[in-house]
Amino acid sequence: MPVEFRKDLFADERDDNLAEIGKPHIRQDILGHVTGRSPFYDDHLFDGLLHMRCVRSPHHHSRVRSVDTSAAERVPGVVRLIRPQDVPVNLNTLLALLNFGRDDEPLLTPDRCAYKGEPIIAIIATSERAARDAVAQVKVDWEELPFVLDVEEALKPEAPMVNETYPNNTFDYHDRYDHQKLRFGDVEAGFAQADHIVEGEYQMSPIEQAPMETCGAIAAPETNDRFVCYTSTQALFFSVAVAAKQTALPSSRLHFIGGTVGGGFGGKVDSHHEPLAILGAMLTGRPVKYQWDRAEEMQVGAPRGAERWRIKDGVMRDGRIVAREFTGFFDAGAYTRLSSYAVQKCTGHIPGPYTIPNIASNVYCVFTNRTPSTAMRGFGITGVDFAIECHMDKVAEQVAMDPIELRILNAYRDGDMKAHRRSAKNCALIECCQVVAEKSGWALSADARAASSLRGGGVDWRAEIPETLTDQGGQIGERKRRALAPEPFAGVSQRHTVAAGSANEHPATGNAPQREDMVIEAERLGFKVSTGVPVSSAPIAPPTPPGVPVPYPNNARPPEQPDRDASTGPGLPPAARSAEPLLPRETVPQRPVAPPPAAVTPPPSPSQPTSADQAPGGPRPPRRPGVSRFISGPRGRR
Amino acid sequence: MTLHSGRGFAAINYPIGMNLGGDPSQALVHSTPDGKFKVALSAIDLGQGMKSVTRQIAAEALGVPIEDVYVDTADSDTGPHDMGSFASRGTHRMGNAVIRAAAEARTQMLEAAAEELEVNASDLTTDGRGNIHVKGAPSRSITVEETAQAAQFRQGRTLSGRGIFLVPMSDVDPETGEMTPVSCFAHAALVVDLTVDDETGEVEVTQINSAYEVGRALNPKLVEQQLIGGAWMGVSHALYETTEPNYPDRTHGPEDFNQYLQPGPGDAVPHHISILERPAPDAPYGGKGPGEMCANPVLPAIANAVYNAVGVRCDSLPITPEKVLRGLRANGGARPQGRL
Amino acid sequence: MKTPVTFTLNGADAAAFADPGQNLLDVLRRGVGDLSPKYGCGQGTCGTCTVLIDGEPHLSCLVLAETVQGRAVETAGGMANGPDLHALQTAFVEGFAAQCGYCTPGMLMAAKALLDRNPSPTRDEVIEAISGNLCRCTGYEPIVEAILTAARAPRNSVGSTV
Repeated sequence: MPVEFRKDLFADERDDNLAEIGKPHIRQDILGHVTGRSPFYDDHLFDGLLHMRCVRSPHHHSRVRSVDTSAAERVPGVVRLIRPQDVPVNLNTLLALLNFGRDDEPLLTPDRCAYKGEPIIAIIATSERAARDAVAQVKVDWEELPFVLDVEEALKPEAPMVNETYPNNTFDYHDRYDHQKLRFGDVEAGFAQADHIVEGEYQMSPIEQAPMETCGAIAAPETNDRFVCYTSTQALFFSVAVAAKQTALPSSRLHFIGGTVGGGFGGKVDSHHEPLAILGAMLTGRPVKYQWDRAEEMQVGAPRGAERWRIKDGVMRDGRIVAREFTGFFDAGAYTRLSSYAVQKCTGHIPGPYTIPNIASNVYCVFTNRTPSTAMRGFGITGVDFAIECHMDKVAEQVAMDPIELRILNAYRDGDMKAHRRSAKNCALIECCQVVAEKSGWALSADARAASSLRGGGVDWRAEIPETLTDQGGQIGERKRRALAPEPFAGVSQRHTVAAGSANEHPATGNAPQREDMVIEAERLGFKVSTGVPVSSAPIAPPTPPGVPVPYPNNARPPEQPDRDASTGPGLPPAARSAEPLLPRETVPQRPVAPPPAAVTPPPSPSQPTSADQAPGGPRPPRRPGVSRFISGPRGRR
Repeated sequence: MTLHSGRGFAAINYPIGMNLGGDPSQALVHSTPDGKFKVALSAIDLGQGMKSVTRQIAAEALGVPIEDVYVDTADSDTGPHDMGSFASRGTHRMGNAVIRAAAEARTQMLEAAAEELEVNASDLTTDGRGNIHVKGAPSRSITVEETAQAAQFRQGRTLSGRGIFLVPMSDVDPETGEMTPVSCFAHAALVVDLTVDDETGEVEVTQINSAYEVGRALNPKLVEQQLIGGAWMGVSHALYETTEPNYPDRTHGPEDFNQYLQPGPGDAVPHHISILERPAPDAPYGGKGPGEMCANPVLPAIANAVYNAVGVRCDSLPITPEKVLRGLRANGGARPQGRL
Repeated sequence: MKTPVTFTLNGADAAAFADPGQNLLDVLRRGVGDLSPKYGCGQGTCGTCTVLIDGEPHLSCLVLAETVQGRAVETAGGMANGPDLHALQTAFVEGFAAQCGYCTPGMLMAAKALLDRNPSPTRDEVIEAISGNLCRCTGYEPIVEAILTAARAPRNSVGSTV
């Protein structure tokens, strides 16, 4: 499998004369790997090691009426049971570390189990087999409860409540909405202007990270009144923080050792093994291992969550996409874990690597009665990229255009304004398209071959933040009172306007204040500074003066205007546009733009924003030091 | 039975690091008395090569040979705080922290050498082979080992450094979604060739051509490992993998590798990779984390290629033979799309 | 009731007491202290616990420990000849045929069993030999290439030094 380096591209931005960087050195850990000596967490031997296994709910949604553990306790080898009341701090949420979201998930659940496989009791025994036998001997009287498994069913007023902390089955964003909004320009005007509307729905399945090493941890009492914990975690201090919180031990009494992990792919962030193993060691005074078997890894371990996406594009007949609307559902399962964060990550990624003048999205983190989902390779992005790129092909077919040329035509370029109101830089999508077309023998037009990420971006409307239409639909709890379509602007008659150019002046990303003694000489970092690439980044676009007219996206520019215009990217040869689609039109659903639903006045909500918040483009509330504006719960700003 | 050939394309970009920041990484570097350097981290090596890439970064930033650097991770007693290995943040965040820690240690190393050579530290540089010399005068030199010994036993000076890299936490606007997300993006474009059997519905990927833009390939072989393995996982996601084959219904969830399907060694797809490098201004030596994004374009490219081959849109993953056959039946047979 | 089991492990005498039903993987790891075979599934579906018994590859999670009485067991932990790596190990190192390294010991054992009985395998024979060993990181291709490279190496060659 030959790998080719295209050193010719972007060569003037790189200094390739580095001593160690860029060299194919063998891995530092490889001799350990090939001799079987790399110390994975389970490769530490302890005398008298105990084994832990959990009693789990067999139902999608159930209540524990009673538990009889007497037979289990008599199984030879059983040392100790851990019950919910034995967990010092039983409720946690993973992103508590970032002050994002409310504690919503027990380590061991005392009463209501919201997914099949939820643990209620941990049993510690002298052998794994004894622990398994004892788990089988626990008699639980389960009361089965109504459950919901589909994300859109979960949004309906009559849906059973999955998660008590979020009784509306959606994560609360900003104390205000049951979803995260993205609004840029005016999608409805864009759709009205478009020659074609292309719609599609896409579904990502839950996927198991399936590392060859299953998740686990071994904890043991250490000298000096501490506990050592060997762990497969992907995030050492995440796990330290969670374990310290749930065991109520100061982190100074915890000694975590890891770093050599048999694959993770996102599945080893959730930090459930460490607190349980440490609790076991605390309660027994002996080393305790809590390790998932493969079946647990597959069905109890949090997978990559399912995602459902609907995309609606407004497209000109020359292939320019003038409006794009997303409605997305992340299936979080029964508890938040990291799904709330994925929604925001994904919102920042929308509309993909394309410059589109009018964009709107509503993205939901939805609770359902299934195994909680968590991170996996490409978290928050893989699903929406599947949707976007399948959709791009539908658009290409609709306008009878080469799929790669459609991407190049719409690709983002340096200086373009992105939907989250920050300038694009360091772009290279076009070059990737060109290189892969060339090497796969996919013919592109001369114009597409000549396009560049460095040229044509950041001019006129492409650089500017347009006047933006907003709405306040989907307030927390609103869907419990009435059925409400999840799409942007659905069910709300009132629109607000955020003035063109409105963006907060954020500090540059990428660099916290850097102490002088940590500064390295710029010329040793491998950039060719002369090309204007900043060495210490200050990548934010200059603020756009308010009131700058935005001529194109909002209908001011006629749709029929020729596209051989430097500011809109490569003009494509007529041949690329004239071909008829090869498939009957009906395979691409073409629906008229839906008329706005009848006006409904939103009922008053306890989380109604202040008038200052509501004022479009108006001042935002002051930020209290030390209080994250992410907090959406009682600890948050009010 | 007919095998229909199809070709599909997809292009993506990928944000590097935790989207909204607030995810610091720290690194500590110190020398032994004989001029070797230890890098203490609490980063996790899951196979992506964290230990190896931070070792190369430290050696480059210190200006010493890679053999003289060892990375020790992850022991919470000795490795300072790090958020972890996820969100493609390892190379970007930790790499920057290591550069900063190494920069501080290098400054002290040059000062110690300057004292021995009786010159100004600003006149000194390293040759990357274990020597420190006066710029433009390689003969006026001292070894790193001699420098470390002098620092340790005569000057009473440490050759050590602390580094932290933090993208400060930012916020998301509730109404517009305005935010300051990640600071750099990796890119990819990919062409998949495959065949679809219109009798069995089976899809066989026959070739992948790809172009991945990774900022800078800090270690080209580690990047190659990620790209080959990641594309393999993309094929696996597209065609086989699910924990809930009847989603949203939870029945028939796999519990072992006999039921949870993945391509095996006999299913490896010839993959022709081109690597582009447009260094990201705030990334270590410009390198972006390639680990996550490499799988992403494969999924839609396969779906698009299946449509190209037989005219069936599989908008729901995984693209199982059953879904292909149902689509073929609904269309009244295969409808090859050809190429535009 | 524990059963005494004696066997050779990588050429040296080994002994352990096995519990009823205890598998060889557990006895090797906990009883003897050879941690090179790994637990990946306990169901015989992943191959990370592959060891050689009398030269044949076996999934040690499915082998009753008592059944290796008097037999010769080989693991990846004993592949190197003192400080000298086996040609397969060298090929894995230089071919970047491991990422997380968890499947590597089992993969090496499956490959060694192949090369011991067929020093010049075809690509298809290599693929067949490791088809019971899963890897989640590499996409397999570098592993197949490394095994073919090792097979092409001079007979009885020693690789780089540990």
